[in-house]
Amino acid sequence: MPAPLLQVEGLRILAVGHEADGRPPLLDDFSFDVAPGEFVAIVGESGSGKTITARAILNLLPPGVKRAAGSIRLDGRDLMTLSPDQMRKVRGGDVGMVFQEPMVSLNPALTIRCQLAEGLKLHRKLSSVEIHRRCLQMLTRVQIADPERCLASYPHEFSGGMRQRIMLASVLLPKPKLLIADEPTTALDTLSQREVLELIVELARDDGVAVLLITHDLGLVAQYARRVVVLEKGRLVESGETQQILCHPAHAYTQRLVNSLPHRPDVRAAINANAPVVLSVARASVDYPGRPGLLRAGPPKRVVKNVDLQVREGEIVALVGASGSGKTTLGRAVLGLKPLSGGAIRFDGVDLGAMSPRQSIDFRRAAQLVFQDPFSSLDPRTRIGDTVGATLRHVSGLGRAERRARVEAVLDEVGLAGFAERFPHQMSGGQRQRVAIARAIISRPRLVVADEPVSALDMTIQLQVLTLFQKLQSQYGFACLFITHDLAVVAQVADWVVVMSEGTVVESGMTDAILDDPQHEYTKALLSATPSFSALALTA
Amino acid sequence: MTGPAIHRLPLNAILGTALVGLLVAAILIGLFWMPYGPIAIDLDHPLAPPSWAHWFGTDQFGRDVLSRAMLGARISTSIALGTVVVAISTGTCVGLITGFLRGWTDRLLMAASDAILAFPGILLALALIAVLGSSRSSIILALSIAYLPSVARVVRSAVLSIREREYIEASRVAGDGTIYIVLRHVLPNALPPVVVLATSLFGWVVLAESALSFLGVGVPPPAPSWGNMLSDARPYMEAANWLSIVPGFCIMGTVLGVNLLGDALRDWLDPRGET
Repeated sequence: MPAPLLQVEGLRILAVGHEADGRPPLLDDFSFDVAPGEFVAIVGESGSGKTITARAILNLLPPGVKRAAGSIRLDGRDLMTLSPDQMRKVRGGDVGMVFQEPMVSLNPALTIRCQLAEGLKLHRKLSSVEIHRRCLQMLTRVQIADPERCLASYPHEFSGGMRQRIMLASVLLPKPKLLIADEPTTALDTLSQREVLELIVELARDDGVAVLLITHDLGLVAQYARRVVVLEKGRLVESGETQQILCHPAHAYTQRLVNSLPHRPDVRAAINANAPVVLSVARASVDYPGRPGLLRAGPPKRVVKNVDLQVREGEIVALVGASGSGKTTLGRAVLGLKPLSGGAIRFDGVDLGAMSPRQSIDFRRAAQLVFQDPFSSLDPRTRIGDTVGATLRHVSGLGRAERRARVEAVLDEVGLAGFAERFPHQMSGGQRQRVAIARAIISRPRLVVADEPVSALDMTIQLQVLTLFQKLQSQYGFACLFITHDLAVVAQVADWVVVMSEGTVVESGMTDAILDDPQHEYTKALLSATPSFSALALTA
Repeated sequence: MTGPAIHRLPLNAILGTALVGLLVAAILIGLFWMPYGPIAIDLDHPLAPPSWAHWFGTDQFGRDVLSRAMLGARISTSIALGTVVVAISTGTCVGLITGFLRGWTDRLLMAASDAILAFPGILLALALIAVLGSSRSSIILALSIAYLPSVARVVRSAVLSIREREYIEASRVAGDGTIYIVLRHVLPNALPPVVVLATSLFGWVVLAESALSFLGVGVPPPAPSWGNMLSDARPYMEAANWLSIVPGFCIMGTVLGVNLLGDALRDWLDPRGET
């Protein structure tokens, strides 16, 4: 084995005041190394200390957090002993970093040219002609069409995936020895995620750059990393060859992580074709108003085009698509939150647009929504009990005491007994999402629209919430429109799949049929881009 | 993040409470007792410097400055309070309506508020008082109209971001009506900036009222306000500097105290700060 490029030993990181309060350090006795040109992944859930590790390597710890023990060596040089000036040369020059959020990691006020050239100017002495040449070359390598125009453009002109590629280009330009990628694709949809990661792998291999990938997604690890380091609450759990760790996890925590990957049931309950249709969408279209002009608005943009779908009682229909495919908009339209500009949506046979006031009050209670982001879907100033009980306000003849009892009962069902008096900020993401589910089911709805209900959660929490959701669904038998971009989740929960791309339905069918024998090109691309380690398991 | 104990000590709350407490005490005591009659003229002792008999001295007519400052506190504070209540309540309503409903109501009301904002506040108040005549209620009305647009702007911008949050949509899915959503979910979340604004508005109004009185269109004499005390003191700036120092300090202390208290109040009102 060659001498390691990055060697972290006995790293211990403390937050001010944590020890006094008896809380554990952010990182404790953490050691790992990365060989030149190697692809290593650090896996862990939020709060496990992965990002703190990355920041410690670059000596960019947030205020109030400090390194208490341990060493970090790059090429044999102890990074702790470097002066601030020397450290600046390491950052960007020897170690590059790609961040999670491509929307905010590029400066919106500067052209791409400025931001690409910045690193080169700082770390390599080159003529401006040479810098320009290298920038163009790098943009070509990250597969940006028309690199010349890209250089003169501003970040807002690009999509998330494109920005992440530009970010990658700017980080790799000064030819670092180590690339730290902190959840580089978490904010991207499946297809862009694959493109960006493949690029990282390809460029790193060509230039001999070692990659330290920080992620919570075991599927990505299985697909791309050669070695993996598993972190739990600041402590090293296990490390070694990816295949070994993922197929034969030795530690209980790793086993739990691996088991929490969504899995396909071997046998799926047959669909009851005679069940009444709860929701039927017929040739529905939704327009967004155009950009407001000086005198009148621009032409409207059609984001959902002639969509047909049906959801029967007791059935989970997954609506799958990349970001911008119109799936969320359709989900809102189904609940009557967005007006249709064509077609019809019927709920229990009644057209949403032609409901009497009495019927629309009943509809409000019978059709519920679970949101993606558990942090913005709960009013920060409303107690959990009131949030959950909000729908019951419109149930006539329900006393205060009865309402309380119903709230207590439903909180108990989602495993949050006794949380009624809390505020949202006193709860974790998983708990908040349970609140969102409780709020949706308390009125015994006929239909629940779940908009990416687990994509903002950690792996193990994701499994818990998903299992809970499935249990409640089979218990109450509501029809469910499950919006997601994650095919692995679809495989676990859905009875029927509808694939959307650019506002239209490209394919729909039974879950197993779609997964095993996709017909449309887009579905195929989506399937092959979904990271999984079934392939890895086979070769093991 | 928990800092050392010193950072948790709310210095602004302590100082703010002390200053505002002093003001309230002066007003309350003034209701029952003042050292001298605030408008009682004593031509034997004009411009007497501070002494045991007159703590803060007397003015050119021999009126006791302490008594006048105490009555002035009552008058200035009641004007400021009245203005803040009127401007904040109507401004919040306008902000909520325009921010949540958008569309034509928004454009019309905001165009009107931009028109008001285009005048300097004092100038607008001067013009209004010229029309309405100089009295306490017309000062309150004039200053409320002058400051209403800035309140509406602040509330509107808070509402604009709150109305896009998912819990608003969740409330809609639950079947809640617009008015209920606005009162239950939008208003409480839009309030923290309003509380801070209300306190700094109080400070501005004390200053604006002083300025109006200084210009001679504020509180009509002989009733004292800090502003007309300052105005009266101007010719005697060198001979009797206590005449300007006392009301000057009163204004400064009040504005500072209320602003500090406002900051503390905002920290305290935020439920996220509890943990």
